[in-house]
Amino acid sequence: MDSGHTAWVLVSAALVLLMTPGLAFFYAGMVRSKNVLAMLMQNFFAMGLVSTIWAVIGFSLVFGDSGNGWIGNFDFVLMKDVTSLDGEIPGFAFFAFQMMFAVITPALITGATADRLKFGSYAVLIGIWSVLVYLPAAKWVFNGWLLDMGALDFAGGTAIHINAGVAALAVVIVIGNRKGHGDTPMPPHNLPFTLLGTGILWFGWIGFNAGSGLAADGLAAQAVVNTHLAAATGMLGWLLVEKLKGGHATTLGAASGAVAGLVAITPCAGFVGGASPLIIGALSGIICYLALSIKEKMNWDDSLDVIAVHLVGGIVGTLLLGFFADTAVNDEFDGLFYGGGLELLKDQFVAAVAVGAFSFVVTYAIAKVIDATMGLRVDEDGENQGLDQSQHAESAYSS
Amino acid sequence: MKLITAVIKPFKLDDVKDALKAIDVSGITVSEVRGFGRQGGHTETYRGAEYKIDFVPKMEVSIVVNDVDVDQVVDVIASGARTDKIGDGKIWVTDVERIVRIRTGEEGSEAI
Repeated sequence: MDSGHTAWVLVSAALVLLMTPGLAFFYAGMVRSKNVLAMLMQNFFAMGLVSTIWAVIGFSLVFGDSGNGWIGNFDFVLMKDVTSLDGEIPGFAFFAFQMMFAVITPALITGATADRLKFGSYAVLIGIWSVLVYLPAAKWVFNGWLLDMGALDFAGGTAIHINAGVAALAVVIVIGNRKGHGDTPMPPHNLPFTLLGTGILWFGWIGFNAGSGLAADGLAAQAVVNTHLAAATGMLGWLLVEKLKGGHATTLGAASGAVAGLVAITPCAGFVGGASPLIIGALSGIICYLALSIKEKMNWDDSLDVIAVHLVGGIVGTLLLGFFADTAVNDEFDGLFYGGGLELLKDQFVAAVAVGAFSFVVTYAIAKVIDATMGLRVDEDGENQGLDQSQHAESAYSS
Repeated sequence: MKLITAVIKPFKLDDVKDALKAIDVSGITVSEVRGFGRQGGHTETYRGAEYKIDFVPKMEVSIVVNDVDVDQVVDVIASGARTDKIGDGKIWVTDVERIVRIRTGEEGSEAI
C-alpha cells in the first residue's frame, strides 16, 4: 500500500465532500429569501440519503465485478469485503472518494427545480434516481461499456454533469415553471452566498479532478493545474461576453463562468496539457453564457441554469476532449489535434448521447410516477408562502 | 405641534441628522423604506436577464416639532438632503393632536 497515494485520495474525498455544501450556497444565494433554507436543505439532505444508499448498495452496483458492462453486482453490499480491493490504496479510500461523487450528482439537479419541489418528493426522487440513473451511468463510464469502448471521462463530465443536467431538464418538464415565472422578477437574494459557494466549489474541485487518478503523482499535479486554469479562463470568457452583450461584468457572471470552466475541464483534467485547459475553460465560459438563452426560447424554467452550466458545460468538455487529449500527458488516447484522428471524438459523442438519452428517459419516468402518486410540486399556497415555511416550518431571516 | 415626515436618499441621512442636531432638534426617528416617485426604479442584470427594480431604497425621517419650528426644520432637512438630482425625495407636514412622553407622562410641548 502506498501511503502517499492513500493520503491524497483521503484528502480528495474530504475536498469533494465539501463541494456539496459549496453547491448548496452557490444555489441558495440565487433563490428568493423565502426559499433559501429549502435549497440548503435539499443539498445537505443528499449528503445524508445518498451516502446511506451508497453504503448499502451503491458502491456494489457500480464496482462489484459482475463481468458485464452495464451494472455491478451485490458483492460489496453493506460494505462487505471492500477491503478485498486493497491495493496501492485501501478499498475504503476508493469507496469514500466515490461516495462523495454520488452525493453531489443528484444535488446538482436542485438548481433547476428551485422554489417549487416538495421536500418529501425530492427525497424519493433523488433516492430512486441515484439507484436507477446514477449507479448505471457511473458503471458505464468509470467501470463499464463506455470505458471499454474507448470513451474517456477523467472525473465525471458525462456520468455527473451531462447526467445531472439532462435529469434537471426532465424534472423541469414534469414539474412545470415557477408561479409567476416570466412576469414577476425573481432576482437572487444573496449573491455573497453564491460567491462564497463558488469559492468552496472551486477549492473542492481540486480533489474532484486531481483525486480521480487515485494517486499522488505527476498526473495529479497536472490535473490540479488544468482544473484551476479552466476555472480561471472560464470566468474570463463568461465575463467578456457578458460585458460585450450586457454592458456589465457581474459577480454572478464571474461565479457562473468559473463553474462553467470547472465543469468542462472535469472529463479532460487528466488527459490534456499545455495550453489546452486555458482554451477549454474559455470556450466553456463563452458557450455556457450563450446557452442561457435556450431556456427562454423553450420556456423551461430551469431556475438556476443547470442546463446552461452543467449540461452544456459537460457536453463542451466531453467533446473537446476528443480534440485536446494528448498521450504526452496520459497514454490513453490522442485527440484530433494531436494526431489521433476522429475516433476519440466519436467515442466521446457516443458517451454523451448514451448517458444523456438514458438519463432523460429514466428520469422523466421517475418524475412522472412521483408526480402521479405523491405530487412533485408544493401546492399554490405553499409556493407563495415559500418552501422554508411550507416545507420546513422555519425561516432563514427572522425580523 | 406638527409631524414632519421626510423621505430622503439613504446616503444623505447623516447630513440631515447632523444639520438637525445643529439646530437642537431633540429627537428623530428613521426607518428604511422602499418606493418610487418620478425617479422610478432601475434595472439589474442577472445572467443576461434584465430585471426592472421599481422600488428603490429610501430613508424615512419623522420628527415632531412645535409649530414655530416647522419652517426652520423643513429648510434644514431640504438643504441637508438636496443633491439637485432626481430622487432627492419629499417632505410633508401634518398636524399632531396629542403627544405623550411615556416615562414621565408629560404632554404637549413638554413632551417634544
